[in-house]
Amino acid sequence: MILTSVTDRSKYSNVWVVAEFLSDKIQPVTYELVGAARKLADKRSSKVWVVAMGSGISQQVGSLFAYGADKVIVVDDSRLSGFIDELEADVLARLIGKYNPEIVLYAATARGRALAPRVAVITNCGLTADCTGLDIDPENGDLLQTRPAFGGNIMATIRSSNHRPQMATVRPRVMRALEPDPDRTGEVIHETVEMSDMLKIKRIIDVFHSDETTVNLGDAEIIISGGRGMKGPEGFELLRKFAAKVGGAVGASRAAVDAGWIPYSHQVGQTGQTVQTKVYIACGISGQIQHLVGMQSCDFIIAIDKNPDTPMMQLADIAIVGDVFEIIPEIMNELSKM
Amino acid sequence: MKIVVCIKQVPATNEAKIDPETKRIIREGLNSILNPFDTYAIEEGVRIREKFGGEVIAISMGPEKAIEVLREALSLGVDKAILLSDKEFAGSDTWATSYALAKAIEKIGDVDLVICGKQAIDGDTAQVGPGIAAHLGWVQATYVMKVEDIQDGSIKVRRMREDGYDICEMNFPAVITVLKDINTPRIPSLKRRLAARQAQIPVWKPADIGADTDKIGLDGSPTRVVKTAPPPAKKNVAKRIEGTPKECAEALVRELRMRSII
Ligand SMILES: Cc1cc2nc3c(=O)[nH]c(=O)nc-3n(C[C@H](O)[C@H](O)[C@H](O)COP(=O)(O)OP(=O)(O)OC[C@H]3O[C@@H](n4cnc5c(N)ncnc54)[C@H](O)[C@@H]3O)c2cc1C
Ligand SMILES: Nc1ncnc2c1ncn2[C@@H]1O[C@H](COP(=O)(O)O)[C@@H](O)[C@H]1O
Repeated sequence: MILTSVTDRSKYSNVWVVAEFLSDKIQPVTYELVGAARKLADKRSSKVWVVAMGSGISQQVGSLFAYGADKVIVVDDSRLSGFIDELEADVLARLIGKYNPEIVLYAATARGRALAPRVAVITNCGLTADCTGLDIDPENGDLLQTRPAFGGNIMATIRSSNHRPQMATVRPRVMRALEPDPDRTGEVIHETVEMSDMLKIKRIIDVFHSDETTVNLGDAEIIISGGRGMKGPEGFELLRKFAAKVGGAVGASRAAVDAGWIPYSHQVGQTGQTVQTKVYIACGISGQIQHLVGMQSCDFIIAIDKNPDTPMMQLADIAIVGDVFEIIPEIMNELSKM
Repeated sequence: MKIVVCIKQVPATNEAKIDPETKRIIREGLNSILNPFDTYAIEEGVRIREKFGGEVIAISMGPEKAIEVLREALSLGVDKAILLSDKEFAGSDTWATSYALAKAIEKIGDVDLVICGKQAIDGDTAQVGPGIAAHLGWVQATYVMKVEDIQDGSIKVRRMREDGYDICEMNFPAVITVLKDINTPRIPSLKRRLAARQAQIPVWKPADIGADTDKIGLDGSPTRVVKTAPPPAKKNVAKRIEGTPKECAEALVRELRMRSII
């Protein structure tokens, strides 16, 4: 909605998170968004609300308080099973009109990226995609949204001063969830789907789960990732063995994926997955910015490269200068000795 | 069937370099290309027409130069192309872009299906497709990996999701955004390419599509870029390990043990 006066502005308060569900199960990205929302709400002296839309989800929302939510709006309705973009957008837009949040955060997932732009148009609000940084402008309270642009070569800061609420999507594993506090509680508000929401509808005929489309790198503690330096599919065979040895998952740079050495589902980076593992071992990856944005917040980064001067070798906590084909077998040997 | 394909001209960002002094993108000599995802949108539109009849119209909003990608679309088999170009459109964000494209689609009239690429590689937002659907009040399916079936005024598609995919069916008119998995685009024939070079491509201004000038361009855009900066600086100085492969491996494993990583 467009702001035309200062009093308009004060009508909007609180930071909302739209909870992400897959097959009616709450997804970890929701807790990460709540963590980010908490920081913003504290700076605005306001509250964190979560909107949970789905079917049979009421029992799951309790955990949201532990992670920092103050209020949860639950819309639990069998018609919200599966992802019906149009219906969810209508419900959410109506709730936004009713409660006037100042900020709304969505997960930048397949679902969130379909839902958020629809809501932004209906409510006449700005929307910033795939934010990597969110902050409050201390001067006027506006949301400052930072995101990579031009293939990650530049970070742009975006604001939407004349519209409320301010909306942003954030990819999974970009923000950090807070340590859950089991003693924290909050209020649950129940809302319903209304006939006026049901304008248009699609029919979900079937849902298929497959491991092929997504290798969930985020679940691993260690990622062994390879780039063009792995030279071919055989190089990735070596990485698979290495990963099996340390109980890790295999990641890849886009160059390796484009060369057809490993499927896209393993790609890390701006056009692949964002990961935040304990350990990331980059083997023969130069570390162009598009790759770095997907892994730079891993706790401990190890790089193996012939060239000591690559961006990855600068970023890493440990940089090993040498040939991956000589060093990796030695590391595996060394690990066998344990 | 009447199909509209929305296509965008984008800088070939994989060639983009940062000027170390000004920290800005060096745009000189940067090539402009058809957004890679939009090639798949064009191909899918053409395939649907080949099977079910009708026509495919490509539209693009951008500077005059964007006519190049419309010619490319013609060479790839679309029947008509229209450019939305005017200084009033300049600076549009995804809200304003999807508004202008929606107005153009209304003006074309009787459209059954709009096909967009998954996202444009310059902004990577994936917001314009759902934005168009919302402005038109139509149903949408994003991240489509396969068109399963089309019949009796409805379309059945396979949508990607984080843990697999679903199959959903919706009535026309509808908007879909497509992934690379959906098809393998054809190579244009020389004959088509020559014909595309000659084609007359109409240029529409805001007034031609009845666009409210308060809703387009920089002024019609709810978001505003207020700052650009180089990506965050490197977080620390690496601890370097050098030596024979065996020495390197031993040193690394020692470090990992010390930190209780393994
Ligand atoms: C819009 C856009 C989005 C992008 N998205 C992504 C993305 O999501 N993810 C991504 O990864 N990239 C992405 N890229 C591409 C990115 O810019 C780089 O091109 C890519 O990451 C490079 O991959 P690489 O490091 O494997 O290859 P290179 O840059 O070629 O690096 C290979 C490295 O291997 C080393 N090497 C070679 N042989 C050996 C050996 N025997 N032993 C040890 N080291 C060796 C070399 O010294 C070099 O450092 C994107 C680009 C654009 C424009
Ligand atoms: N200026 C434009 N003209 C025509 N189509 C566009 C334009 N911008 C975006 N699109 C379409 O919307 C899709 C998503 O773009 P984006 O939301 O910018 O990532 C693209 O793949 C195009 O199909």
